[in-house]
Amino acid sequence: MIATTPALRIEGLHKSFGDLEVLKGIDLELGEHEVVCLIGSSGSGKSTLLRCVNLLEPIDAGRIVVEGDEITARGVDVNRIRRRIGIVFQAFNLFPHMSVLDNVTLAPRKVLGLARADADARAIELLGRIGLADKVRQFPDRLSGGQQQRVAIVRALAMQPDLLLLDEITSALDPELVAEVLNLIRELADNGMTMLIATHEMTFAREIANRVCFLDAGQILETAPPSEMFSAPREERTRQFLDRVIAAGRL
Amino acid sequence: MTLSGGPLDTSDLIGLESRGGPRRSRRRLPPGEAVRSTLVALASTVVVFGLLGIAITSSPNWSDVQHAFFDGAIFAESLPKVLEAFGTNIALFLIAEVLTLVVGLMLAVLRGLPGPVFFPLRLIATVYVDFFRAVPGLLIIALLGFGIPALDLPGVPNDVFFWAVIALTLVYSAYVSEVYRAGIESVHWSQEAAARSLGLSRLQTLRHVIVPQAIRRVIPPLLNDFIGLQKDTVLVSTLGVVEIFRESSIIKAAKFNFTPYLAVALVFVVITIPLARLTDWLIARDRASQLSQR
Repeated sequence: MIATTPALRIEGLHKSFGDLEVLKGIDLELGEHEVVCLIGSSGSGKSTLLRCVNLLEPIDAGRIVVEGDEITARGVDVNRIRRRIGIVFQAFNLFPHMSVLDNVTLAPRKVLGLARADADARAIELLGRIGLADKVRQFPDRLSGGQQQRVAIVRALAMQPDLLLLDEITSALDPELVAEVLNLIRELADNGMTMLIATHEMTFAREIANRVCFLDAGQILETAPPSEMFSAPREERTRQFLDRVIAAGRL
Repeated sequence: MTLSGGPLDTSDLIGLESRGGPRRSRRRLPPGEAVRSTLVALASTVVVFGLLGIAITSSPNWSDVQHAFFDGAIFAESLPKVLEAFGTNIALFLIAEVLTLVVGLMLAVLRGLPGPVFFPLRLIATVYVDFFRAVPGLLIIALLGFGIPALDLPGVPNDVFFWAVIALTLVYSAYVSEVYRAGIESVHWSQEAAARSLGLSRLQTLRHVIVPQAIRRVIPPLLNDFIGLQKDTVLVSTLGVVEIFRESSIIKAAKFNFTPYLAVALVFVVITIPLARLTDWLIARDRASQLSQR
């Protein structure tokens, strides 16, 4: 990789909830346009790591640097930082009292100060691209899970983030709805979106990731290109984890 | 629970449906059975209420009771008068309700402000709510309604009606702020996470995401507090304001008869029932929309 400023650099990140240390010194770097998948069992710290990067959780120690700016420094404007980092959640977290269109345009209007007409036009264009043009006036509860999650992705994209964090975004979906969401992510990767993805979809990770990180008990135990990670993992713990995944039929 | 269990289903209209728990799907009874159960319900209702009526009216002192409380002529005479005085109560509760909605929401938001900087505001809001919920409303009304005009402060209104509205607002905004607060806390934290992750500030998140969802959820308990506020407007009679209760007391004293009070009771029942049914309807609609979300 060329030695430019990385899109994201995490250094010595520690995070505890009470006595429970969830992240025990995470070091990770993402280049521009790179897609990195985080794998690991539940409770290994994948979600917490993503939430820390988006400053939704205060960190205990370490540094997080986005495009050369340290976002964990004292006194930074967290609202400004968050505009540059999009996150999509497992449970969609759409605003149930707003139409699909308003879900997508709320932040562009209120945070970026776009006029409603401009924000609407952009949102309708984005929603049209993912085949939801006829759903813009609907409320989230009228949409399928897959449609809701795609709206949530568009909502994050509407802020034109430099970095997109995806937190197990297909885990709450019925199996037949997973593909439509993953196809959208594939498209984003093809268009050069920098993404950090926590996922249980190993097939997807193998296909889309530039690198895969195996998280175990709050540490990145192993980082490798997907071809190596899934065929010849170095660590015993990684092997055990992947064996369990294969036994569950997820790879 | 339906009245008849059959197709003559008035439960939605009069709100006798059982509360709590998921709504059970209505069984469709075969037509013959439906007619039969309707007739049984009708017959048993007639028998029960008929017996009750006979028991009451045939008791030895019924004519005294009837004369003191249910005098038709006095009722007809006092109803228009108390209705006219009721205009004062309506003005009292309408103004106080609007103010209560605003002040209550402000208090709830102040109490939820995080961080050490806002400690004084949180403290003020907490003490306010604790105080005005603890002290009897009648006492607040008397304190402000008698006390402040007596001071005759320059630039401060001496109008008793004004202070009555303020007193009712102080007391009920304390209750209402707790209702709002419960609503705000009932909105899942993931909604705040989603809004903040998009770059919305804490205040924008409250304004556009949390509070609109919270208010939707607390409309039924808010209406409940409003019923209380409407009734408590009669406490203002102690200040000498001629409202419905004072007016009826004047007639009562003149006629030495309690029927005017029953006219007042009837007025309150008539205005409260639609509000109560509206509350039921809103709760039912809310439950239906939650079911549709699966």
